[in-house]
Amino acid sequence: MTTRLLHSAVGLAITSAILSILIFRLASPIAAVFELSVCAGLIFAIFISSITVTQRVSAERLIIRKKERLRKFWLLPIIIVLVAAALSQVHFQMAFNLPAQTEENNVKIILWNLRHLDLLGQIVILLTGAFGVVILFKEWKND
Amino acid sequence: MLSLFLLLPLLGIIILNLPIKIKMQSVALLYVLLLSVSQVIVVLFHPDGFWNRPDVWGRFFELRLYVDNLTLVLLLSIGIVVFIAVLVAWHKITEPKQRLNFVSLVLISLIGMNGTVLLADIFSLYVFIEITSISSFILIAFQRDLNALEGAFKYIILSSLATVLMLGAIASLLLFSGDTSFASVSEAVKNNSKNIIVISAIGALICGFFIKGGLVPFHAWLPDAHSAAPTAVSVLLSGVQIKTLGAYTIIRLVTSVFGYTNSVAYILMVVGTISIIFGALGALGQRDFKRMLAYSSISNMGYIVLGFGCGTALGMAGAVFHMFNHSVFKSLLFVNAAAVESRTGTRDMNKMGGLASRMPLTGLTSVLASLSAAGVPPLAGFWSKLIIVIALWMSGYHAYATIAVLTSIITLAYLLSMQRRVFFGKIVEEYKEVKEVSFGLVFPELILAAIIVGVGLFFPLLFNSFIMPISSFLK
Repeated sequence: MTTRLLHSAVGLAITSAILSILIFRLASPIAAVFELSVCAGLIFAIFISSITVTQRVSAERLIIRKKERLRKFWLLPIIIVLVAAALSQVHFQMAFNLPAQTEENNVKIILWNLRHLDLLGQIVILLTGAFGVVILFKEWKND
Repeated sequence: MLSLFLLLPLLGIIILNLPIKIKMQSVALLYVLLLSVSQVIVVLFHPDGFWNRPDVWGRFFELRLYVDNLTLVLLLSIGIVVFIAVLVAWHKITEPKQRLNFVSLVLISLIGMNGTVLLADIFSLYVFIEITSISSFILIAFQRDLNALEGAFKYIILSSLATVLMLGAIASLLLFSGDTSFASVSEAVKNNSKNIIVISAIGALICGFFIKGGLVPFHAWLPDAHSAAPTAVSVLLSGVQIKTLGAYTIIRLVTSVFGYTNSVAYILMVVGTISIIFGALGALGQRDFKRMLAYSSISNMGYIVLGFGCGTALGMAGAVFHMFNHSVFKSLLFVNAAAVESRTGTRDMNKMGGLASRMPLTGLTSVLASLSAAGVPPLAGFWSKLIIVIALWMSGYHAYATIAVLTSIITLAYLLSMQRRVFFGKIVEEYKEVKEVSFGLVFPELILAAIIVGVGLFFPLLFNSFIMPISSFLK
């Protein structure tokens, strides 16, 4: 709903962090680690892109854009809260096979011992994001 | 040893982007060409026990990578197509910094594709698919003209949908498996085969791969992206990427994880058939050379999925063999398109004519590629299509086999039409002085033509030693 690109990027980072905390609290450290590792690279790339393409907008234009966005999306937070409340009342009776909570299932072990390949993948994704910004955005700013 | 397929390209990216005052573009070209040729040589001529040697290079990351005959075919195709794509790019891109950026992105794409075919973990598969996709977005928009940006944007949107489907499916399957390895997920799917969440997850994953592979009805991004991208990128996308991210992933997950059921077979065969027909009809009406080739890719992806869908070892072997053949003849056709565009300045086939008299090598290799694509004997494409049709007929799918054969006639029609409009007939006045392209583009044309002719002529020797053993991964 925000009109500013950087605010959107910050919002995404905060949402991702809260989601990771919620997942940890739900006793799913592996899923939380996936969430953190996938979003870390994504948010980095988005921040760099946002900073690169951000341009100054006049104060009047900013207010007009803000009003337009609020008018379009005011219902969205209400829908999300209502759906979440409805889903919390549903009891899923499924034979899920969740890994047992042990000392070994901490973030360090999961990231470093179990998910090596994903770490390598995340490093490459960060590199790709950096290249993308350099190739697609950098010269625009200089033009 | 397997980890070198990932670590060497990564090392290349790091070295090529160091702030050292030497002519990095020459180093970049040499590095990526040597890497791709090494990949081809290792796949073709590896000694016994080569793949089982301890992976000392990957110890730091302890990469768990696996290889079988299906992986080898893809690694071979990837090596060949990357080699060709970089040669084409070197001819078309002249600015040193842009060349370096291009090679860096191709190396990233190489990591993504190699990783995709070497993995046995569903989440890591997703990560490496995304590496390939993200590098593709940037490669498509590389020259930042309006059409390329539009093509990249369409690809991003549909690819994001695929990402959401795949990630949601993996998360759902994780609930039942507790782990993301193929073996664990396969066990979980077997034990919960009637569970609606598992069934939905399988459907979502398959849809995600259909989007990545550009199969109908998820093909909307493909014609724009492949035609608007720089030709070297089109070679990469059509030549190997859609097969790695679309066809290979479907084959791998159906055989190693989900299991081959009647429902899956039905979906694959229907989608494959529709893609064959739609792609062929779409190509028939095109004026833009590259756009026609893009629709042709949709049709050929349909053949691959249809061959795999019939479920027999012969069908599987035919599908994988066709993946290899399509990589070769489609890459050659795109190289021909690059050659023609560089000399005429246009891709509009209706404005061309008689170019074979001025560009004989391009004309000859184009004819070979077109005939192979149309399934004319004794070229390579004929054999793979024949194996698929025979597999379908022997499995009792007579209607599908008939459609595959009839659509080949449409394929021949649009390719012959392309040949007539571009290379034959009376030469257009403004192109009377054009010359053959330089060795930089003729060399890849000749290599690919040699592969098409060689594989076609030596097919009887290759059938038992190379083609049928492909399906051994089913065991």
